[in-house]
Amino acid sequence: MVNDPITNKLEEASSDRVYKKPSKLAFLNSKKVAPYVFISPFIISFLILTLYPTIQAFIMSFQRVLPGNVEFIGLSNYERIFNPTFFLALKNTTLYVIFTVVILVVIPILLAVFLDSKLVRFKTIFRASLFIPSLTSIIVAGTIFRMMFGESDTAVANQVVTFFGLEAIDWRYNSWSAMFLMVTLASWRWMGVNVLYFLAALQSVPKELYESADIDGANVFKKFRYVTLPFLKPITIFVVTISIINGFRMFEESFVFWETSSPGNIGLSVIGYIYQEGIQQNDMGFGAAIGIVLMLIIFAVSFIQLILTGAFKRSDE
Amino acid sequence: MKKKKNKALKWIVNLSFVFISFIALFPVFGLIVSSFRPSSDLMRSGMSLTFDLGDLSLSNYIFIFTQADSYWQWYANSLIVSSLVIFLSLFFSSMVGYALALYDFKGKNFIFTLVLFIIMVPFEILMLPLYKLMITLQLIDTYFAVMLPLIVAPIAVFFFRQYALGLPKELMDAARMDGTTEYGIFFKIMMPLMLPSFAAMAILQGLNSWNNFLWPLLVLRSDSMFTLPVGLATLLTPYGNNYDVLIAGSVMTILPIVVLFIYFQRFFISGLAVGGVKG
Repeated sequence: MVNDPITNKLEEASSDRVYKKPSKLAFLNSKKVAPYVFISPFIISFLILTLYPTIQAFIMSFQRVLPGNVEFIGLSNYERIFNPTFFLALKNTTLYVIFTVVILVVIPILLAVFLDSKLVRFKTIFRASLFIPSLTSIIVAGTIFRMMFGESDTAVANQVVTFFGLEAIDWRYNSWSAMFLMVTLASWRWMGVNVLYFLAALQSVPKELYESADIDGANVFKKFRYVTLPFLKPITIFVVTISIINGFRMFEESFVFWETSSPGNIGLSVIGYIYQEGIQQNDMGFGAAIGIVLMLIIFAVSFIQLILTGAFKRSDE
Repeated sequence: MKKKKNKALKWIVNLSFVFISFIALFPVFGLIVSSFRPSSDLMRSGMSLTFDLGDLSLSNYIFIFTQADSYWQWYANSLIVSSLVIFLSLFFSSMVGYALALYDFKGKNFIFTLVLFIIMVPFEILMLPLYKLMITLQLIDTYFAVMLPLIVAPIAVFFFRQYALGLPKELMDAARMDGTTEYGIFFKIMMPLMLPSFAAMAILQGLNSWNNFLWPLLVLRSDSMFTLPVGLATLLTPYGNNYDVLIAGSVMTILPIVVLFIYFQRFFISGLAVGGVKG
């Protein structure tokens, strides 16, 4: 066992308490009380960082919030939400979620399976190369992508495009290329992380299962389908859930290309819309109302996803 | 016959990985090379495959080391905030995840559902009320405000719980027989067993904090309190004339992280894997 002086001291300290003053502090050491001590940081943070703001967001969504002047205005914030700008933001965000989830789940599974196989040499180097983009902050990544996807013919992306005989593209000024930029940026950054999650899960597949599958004469695809995939299911649920939620949270991937306003709102996300209205226009009540609507959408989508994948079934087989 | 086919397949797979790695690394190499080019040129013509080698110089770096004091202030701020976040969030999140995995207590399922629930609540939706709260409590422009949302990370709690589920409960009973307290069991026996997951979460939380952008953008006001992403973002405007700091500063922001990763990656990955086997 690890012999760490700090933990030893803690251990002594806590056993001292138990044996010398059993009447006062012994209850803290009971199997019934200890778990509550352990989870208390979570409870406190839940109250301050989730429950309070949720209630407050709900209240604010029925208010006009001006500095020093707050008044209830009923449902009128909600009535204003369903406007063309919001629907455009929601459409952009939804497309972004779909693209990123598909790309960031399917490709990482394939890459992880190959990296785990005997086919690939230099595994460590490939794994590291894939992971390095996730170390960049979004601002740095955005700086790089803006330079790579610049409008001029001399930027890398356009050099490649024109090499294939196509016209140079104004990447940041078309609706389709705006989505392409945001999805590419996110995929580039998060691919390696998801590969790591799947690689770790692959370590838990017992090698004997492959051997017995071999004896049964299973081919590569059958082994993948019936041995590998079932073991990857829990981690896949985890990655899909996180990807969906992170997708709906998208703001920065747009910010780095257009700051807070893009031409024709081609890069506007729902969170970006909240930022515009709640912070820049200082209309916090309206911003809060958009937030509540987005929260309901995310819950609905995540819930359906978790039920479809059976994540709520007990996992202690 | 079969051997030949295998060999061809090996080549194809390996070459594909070389290609994929090239795509993954190209932007980072591009940034590093570009940081030696004149910065004004760079923003006008973009990152280019063709450029005059004679233009390469250290001038962006000379500028950042001699005249960009605020950049180094941002750097220090980011270091302080991230170290505290890693320490605090790992400590608290592992405690919570451990209790959720290995104790039976009333309300356990409810708490775990709450954890999943919070993972599902995007922070950005709660940021307006929290931002208002920070203003009311006069915490705007403090490290504390920046760190607050990261201190107990539900993702980390979830991860630690999943990990701790694989730990042998019998060890706890054996330790109780020896008279170890519940807290001693955690700190002395179970926490060391959870160390592989700590490495992974330290990297995750450290990166989250180092790269955190939207919340710091809201709660930080003065240049001297900015973290790196917020500070660099102020330079990312079409009208700016500080591209030298932006480009060289970007390199210096990711380089130490890349070095750390290369140094720790074996531990990081084998840690995750070993954890799965040991349990």
